[in-house]
Amino acid sequence: MKLPIYMDNHATTPVDPRVFEAMRPYFTTVFGNSASRNHSFGWEAEEATEKARKQIAAIIGATAKEIVFTSGATESNNLAIKGVAEMYAEKGNHIITAATEHKAVLDTCKRLEKDGIRVTYLAVQQNGLVDLDQLRDAITDKTILITIMYANNEIGVLQPIAEIGKIAKERGVLFHTDATQAVGKVPVDVIKDNVDLLSISAHKMYGPKGVGALYVRRRNPRVQLTAQIDGGGHERGMRSGTLNVPGIVGLGEACALSKAEMPEEIKRMEYLRDKMKDRLLASLDEVYINGTMEHRLPNNLNISFAYVEGESLLMGINDIAVSSGSACTSATLEPSYVLKALGAGDDLAHSSIRFGLGRFNTEEEVDYVTAKVIDVVKKLRELSPLYEMHKEGIDLTKVQWTAH
Amino acid sequence: MAYSNKVLDHYNNPRNVGSMDKADPNVGTGMVGAPECGDVMKLQVKVNPETGVIEDAKFKTFGCGSAIASSSLATEWLRGKTVDEALEIKNTDIVNELSLPPVKIHCSVLAEDAIKAAIGDYKKKTAGRSQAVGVNS
Repeated sequence: MKLPIYMDNHATTPVDPRVFEAMRPYFTTVFGNSASRNHSFGWEAEEATEKARKQIAAIIGATAKEIVFTSGATESNNLAIKGVAEMYAEKGNHIITAATEHKAVLDTCKRLEKDGIRVTYLAVQQNGLVDLDQLRDAITDKTILITIMYANNEIGVLQPIAEIGKIAKERGVLFHTDATQAVGKVPVDVIKDNVDLLSISAHKMYGPKGVGALYVRRRNPRVQLTAQIDGGGHERGMRSGTLNVPGIVGLGEACALSKAEMPEEIKRMEYLRDKMKDRLLASLDEVYINGTMEHRLPNNLNISFAYVEGESLLMGINDIAVSSGSACTSATLEPSYVLKALGAGDDLAHSSIRFGLGRFNTEEEVDYVTAKVIDVVKKLRELSPLYEMHKEGIDLTKVQWTAH
Repeated sequence: MAYSNKVLDHYNNPRNVGSMDKADPNVGTGMVGAPECGDVMKLQVKVNPETGVIEDAKFKTFGCGSAIASSSLATEWLRGKTVDEALEIKNTDIVNELSLPPVKIHCSVLAEDAIKAAIGDYKKKTAGRSQAVGVNS
């Protein structure tokens, strides 16, 4: 076993060597511009991007013509949300999203608010899921878009996409989902789920960074977008710019591999994740899982170890790469807004660790990480005045703290 | 973020971890911070009433590595100092000793507050005692 261990696969994943091999020729030998119509260099490049388009479409149940290449999911989210807001401005000016969305969605919505768009930020329930009745109630005759993520990047919960899609369709509202964490990890079907727009990123599923895609439905309804990047009219005018051919080949290959291996990989991830969870819960008291376990990515575990501060825990497991919702690990000095939205309380947000398992994690690594976390949590609780007070039976919520 | 070697040393080998009897008249207890802010420090001093010298100091801290190191260091510095000398410890001394980066300065401030709170608690106890003595005589 090699240290350090990477278990932060929601942040990014390594490029699968098979993906890398597929990309390799497109840097040096097959280097053409896929928009060049007059020679074989261009034709070969185009052939490669069109093959990738099919591979990407296949993993979400779409057709190749519905795939628009972008630089990543952040751009896809921007294009989907801003593109719809502009294109459908005459129809309405209201967008519905959720408080736990990624910043690429939330900050895009905030930008639109400055331009006169009205945005509803749905609260989530304690399990991390949006309340469908609240969603129904939020829709008005001015609503043009619902944008709700498929799987949360911190707590891994899977939103009720099929139900949201059904509601959106019934009410004649477009439905966009940021599926960055979901595609390649769980089955996604844009037809079954009535999804109109869907954001994809390559580097979250063992493809390269800097490339992604946006699914734009072409039929029933035909979704139109106002382009956000102007230029040569690539991607049916929706996203100009010479295609990143090697990146796109990598994204296509990543999709094909993930699709082929998904049933086995889901089982393996769930086994490892649950082994870790069960051991942590059996060995430590006052451990809380953030978000529902019922509807969740198979590779995600987000846990709060009460009375232990997240950054100090990360310091003790410094040969393991994971993330914490602690303010001390963030630039803003604010604990995770996702965990706060669950109503967990700031103290539990400060105590949280996100484990993101991946294709290259072994059972040996999972066992090592589990044992180490248990060890460090026990050590830090020996140091924790809060754990001592808890053991003495003091209700910490009743204590008068001197906030600073 | 990279931690200084001194922070790492205090984190890995925290000094004077523990608790003393809060009810002991010679023990002063300070608890500062709040769980929702991500740091709580409990610092205790045991003072020799004859000499005014801090004979023992203990801490427990919920917080990041720099908060743990700041309070661990504070207990080291407190031992052997008189109560009045202890009040002269400044957060900037802790920042310098541990090479804390700007985002971690609040950890040192919290440690200084904890020292002041512990000494303050001890002084309150002794003030009560001398008053009681006065009443009796």
